[in-house]
Amino acid sequence: MSMDAARISFSVNGVPVVVEAPPARRLSTVLREDLKLTGTKVGCDAGDCGACTVLVDGEPLCACLVPAARIEGTQVRTVEGLANGALSRLQASFLAHGAAQCGICTPGLLMAATALLERSPTPTEDEVSDALGGVLCRCTGYRKIVRAVMEAGRQPRALDLRLPEAGKAVGAAPVRLDGRAKVTGAEIFGADGIPADALAVAVIRSPHHHARFVLGDLAAYAARHRGIVGIYTAADIPGVNCFGTIPAFADQPALADGFVRFRGEAVALVAGERDAVRDLDLSAFPIEWTPLPHVLEADAARSSEPLHETRAGNLLTQGFVERGDPDAALAAAAVTVSGAIETSYVEHAYIEPEAGYAEIDGDTLVIRACTQAPWMDRDETARVLGLSPANVRIVPTATGGGFGAKLDLSVQPLIGLVALKTGRPAALVYSRTESMTSTTKRHPASMRATIGADADGRVVGMVFDGEFNTGAYASWGPTVATRVPIHASGPYLTPHYRAAGRAIHTNGPISGAFRGFGVPQATIMQETLYDELAGRLGRDRLEFRLANALRNGSVTVCGQRLESGVGIVDCLEVLKPRWDEALAAADAFNAAQDGVRRGVGVASCWYGCGNTSLPNPSTIKIGLRSDGTVVLHQGAVDIGQGSNTVIAQIAADALGVPLAAISLEGGDTAITPDAGKTSASRQTFVSGRAAQAAATALREKLLRFANVSSLAVLDLVPGRLVIRDGDAARSLDLSALPVDAGGYVFSATESYDPPTAPLDAKGQGSPYAVYGYGAQVVELEVDLALGTVRLVRITAAHDVGRAINPLLAEGQIEGGIAQGIGLALMEEYVPGRTENLHDYLIPTIGDVPPIDTILVEVPDPEGPFGAKGLGEHVLIPTAPAILNAIRHATGVLVTKVPATPSRILAAMRARGMGR
Amino acid sequence: MTRYARPGTVEEALDLLGDGVWRILAGGTDFYPSLGDRPIRCNVLDISALSTLRGIRETDTGYVFGAATRWADIAASSLPPAFDALRQAAREVGSIQIQNAATIAGNLCNASPAADGVPALMVLDAAVEVRSREATRRLGLSDFILGNRRTALRPGEMVTAVIVPKRAARGGSAFVKLGARRYLVISIAMAAARIGAAPDGTIIDAAVAVGACSAVAQRLGFLEDALVGRRIDGDLGEAVHASDLAALTPIDDVRGSAGYRREAALEIVRRAVRAAAAQPAGGDLAA
Repeated sequence: MSMDAARISFSVNGVPVVVEAPPARRLSTVLREDLKLTGTKVGCDAGDCGACTVLVDGEPLCACLVPAARIEGTQVRTVEGLANGALSRLQASFLAHGAAQCGICTPGLLMAATALLERSPTPTEDEVSDALGGVLCRCTGYRKIVRAVMEAGRQPRALDLRLPEAGKAVGAAPVRLDGRAKVTGAEIFGADGIPADALAVAVIRSPHHHARFVLGDLAAYAARHRGIVGIYTAADIPGVNCFGTIPAFADQPALADGFVRFRGEAVALVAGERDAVRDLDLSAFPIEWTPLPHVLEADAARSSEPLHETRAGNLLTQGFVERGDPDAALAAAAVTVSGAIETSYVEHAYIEPEAGYAEIDGDTLVIRACTQAPWMDRDETARVLGLSPANVRIVPTATGGGFGAKLDLSVQPLIGLVALKTGRPAALVYSRTESMTSTTKRHPASMRATIGADADGRVVGMVFDGEFNTGAYASWGPTVATRVPIHASGPYLTPHYRAAGRAIHTNGPISGAFRGFGVPQATIMQETLYDELAGRLGRDRLEFRLANALRNGSVTVCGQRLESGVGIVDCLEVLKPRWDEALAAADAFNAAQDGVRRGVGVASCWYGCGNTSLPNPSTIKIGLRSDGTVVLHQGAVDIGQGSNTVIAQIAADALGVPLAAISLEGGDTAITPDAGKTSASRQTFVSGRAAQAAATALREKLLRFANVSSLAVLDLVPGRLVIRDGDAARSLDLSALPVDAGGYVFSATESYDPPTAPLDAKGQGSPYAVYGYGAQVVELEVDLALGTVRLVRITAAHDVGRAINPLLAEGQIEGGIAQGIGLALMEEYVPGRTENLHDYLIPTIGDVPPIDTILVEVPDPEGPFGAKGLGEHVLIPTAPAILNAIRHATGVLVTKVPATPSRILAAMRARGMGR
Repeated sequence: MTRYARPGTVEEALDLLGDGVWRILAGGTDFYPSLGDRPIRCNVLDISALSTLRGIRETDTGYVFGAATRWADIAASSLPPAFDALRQAAREVGSIQIQNAATIAGNLCNASPAADGVPALMVLDAAVEVRSREATRRLGLSDFILGNRRTALRPGEMVTAVIVPKRAARGGSAFVKLGARRYLVISIAMAAARIGAAPDGTIIDAAVAVGACSAVAQRLGFLEDALVGRRIDGDLGEAVHASDLAALTPIDDVRGSAGYRREAALEIVRRAVRAAAAQPAGGDLAA
């Protein structure tokens, strides 16, 4: 049924090429597969994300929408053609400004911006936005991209990497160490390194929320299609057909056995030659479905048949924290406020769908795929496939965004199974829809709370109850249920407190980890009530928060005494001038305007870094080779946030060498120790501490070998290490020293595990060793007739303890804010309805306002150089600050997010406003 | 084997269409997304090499948009102010990458209720030229788009042009799109208006259409009648009443409730009418 191939001649980056390809083949496929130009990325195959933007005869087009036949005789330019020896000014500007994080959208942005700059070399911000409005980025929040494009013309072509000298790495803002490949298209993501002879794997998935199924004549189906090598089902799984990120709750089959619990669940694999699988019509796969009753709402699920036999009432697990006597405190409070908030499923929407390939190397199954957690992938995949973990090797590729969902297994057991069964490399690249339907989401929450204060404006008590729709399988549901009650007080002194968080199974998509583990939802509940409370007390909303903020020596709702490093007061105080200006500006604006009202909102966050009361060690190895290079085994997977650079900065200063002396090995489980998962805002803190310890240990070994004092200065030259101590200098010939099995003349491996203490039945204990804090002020305008919101400016103050790399920290803040904007205003995943990036909306470049970042540094003695985690914190205040600003503008609180124009207007009408 | 043809002339294309079942591939911006993960199982007629179908011509009686004219060409065109609504809509059809590929006829043939080009073409009284090997026929836009994803196109036919009569190319016009984000967004609702007045400021020509609030975008005839005879420098927003939108049949979906769409449509119609009237050309029919 396929099309005859045609001979198509065109030029790519100035070089004439001829390909033989079916004429309707997408240009993106021609570039990536026929020409091996994998710099052009595929994010959606529907023109919704712009990642595949290339220039055809100078015009930007989505390569996924261009038939091969149409490029006959044209000149195509791709990201690979931009550098031409040296980086283009635009590429250099992207690196200098920190405009590339994970890098998956970068090629598309660079091509769209190149077309703009050729027309308009010094564009305005509006011109940049118009030109790049069709390329989605999920990491950066776009602000650095806007600046990088506007200032590209002023960027010297010779990029200053800003590499700091020895001892000056921490606090510097070098160009990210892994940046160059991200702007040249050379970076290898999950879908980019697949061997041409790899089998392609297609996954048969459930179209139903809940159903039984019977497989038909699989052999006959395989026989009817040339090039099909095998069909695999649950019966073929050699190990335990059950996985889950938290072993005690593991409940998800890699391939469902006879029945499915959610739409998108995998039931069978078809493996075959690439062209054969591409040409398969999977709708003809022999399977008979019997749909069963399903439940998608947590509330209804409580009284429904359990999805999992042992979980009555569909309760996966509950987290609980109680301190003091909240009922009595609220009864005695001068003022109490109560409310309810609902949130929606939120999709991670990284621009890189899950992808990778597996191959057999001797007795080892090697999986090269995008991931946030190589060691968890290794152990879980081994279990499913009946292998010893030692016989599974995970080689993380570059990861094009993760935000939590790439902590869970996706392609790994599936490609692993096919490789094991066939002995051939096996590859799987999820389609956008497959990624959206089958991988995890942010938990929809249904929350109620009451908070009381005394007449002096001191919060005296709070009760919180939240149900979190955890979907069909456990994933990280238990973590959300646990984290929420610990954090639902916000960073405020709350002497009497009770909070419960329940994870409830439904037949909805699996809810898992998503930047903040439920805390962003809970903070909407608490921070919107704080505004109401301040209003009832007649207090300024920011002053009210300051008066109740945690301070050094405060005791948390878990009874943990925070001795030092509590930075929320500093964050709120530093926002005060902007807060006052913004309120005055809003008053002036509103006095002069009809139809549009300006509002200002504030909200805070706190967030414990690392696992909750559980061990989560990181191990970092660093070694010196005989040629004089220092190799950092950087196992803290960089999914765009910058750990490749930050961990190296920490290591460089601890070792006492210039950052430029350090080269990186990635998180390959065969050569790099386990630095834990990229999750829970733990890498800078936990892996950073491990790196600090390993580098310090290596330094001590070197100093001891050279018999010099701790003040000695290291100088690495090719093949030699020169150590100066006062007036004395020793030069070691490294090539004369014995080399260990890892190739090092000296090396050190150290671990760090944050000190925490278990929580008792009332949630009392020390769940985290380090917390980070922050607060944001949002200024916006609401169109009173349409309910639309225009964000004017966001000012963000985050206490990072110590900004190891201020540029990357800003990038985290801007990117987290963009996701907070999406959560607040537009993102709502509806299974069966929004399984693509045009029905599911994430912010575009035109939806993120100017962001002023204020980095607050209140060091925590536990963190490396005082640093705290940041990655999740940054998203938490945004949505509640937006809702508070909408209420300030309109007088109404929207109690279900996203606060779409439709919901905002409905809330106004319900209060009798307008018409 | 499925076939792929990329003919060089309209006649060749019509011959092929007359001899078999084809899916027409114009800009590709709806064709490829509609495939999803499925392979192509139909014969594909790629009309991108039909150079005579691309571009905008002015004739004695009207403006002829070749069927394969891209939205980017329309956005960059220098047409009279009556086409401003169409040019504004052109800039809202997806992203620049989409506008560089997607065609005017493709937007009509895809027949999405939320097609950005339709309301602006409706206020221009646009007609669709449809050809087969045997015949050429011309249909008004509302006779061409019959419903959600449904057109009057018969087997063997293709759209060859979209034609705006001279009499409708008068006055000023404006387009207002309402979506939940700034770029690349499917409309919650949209409105286009074209207003022309005599030199004394009396409106003698009014056309208003609303999209994404019914299976096919609709002209608001009652409102148009109510606008004619009013002064162009008055507050025309006051002339717009909810009853003028009574024929709309908005739906509840993830983008907004039916009630919201109805209310928002009223507001954006007011804004479109005001903006169209505020254009310099609004009061100058000679333009």
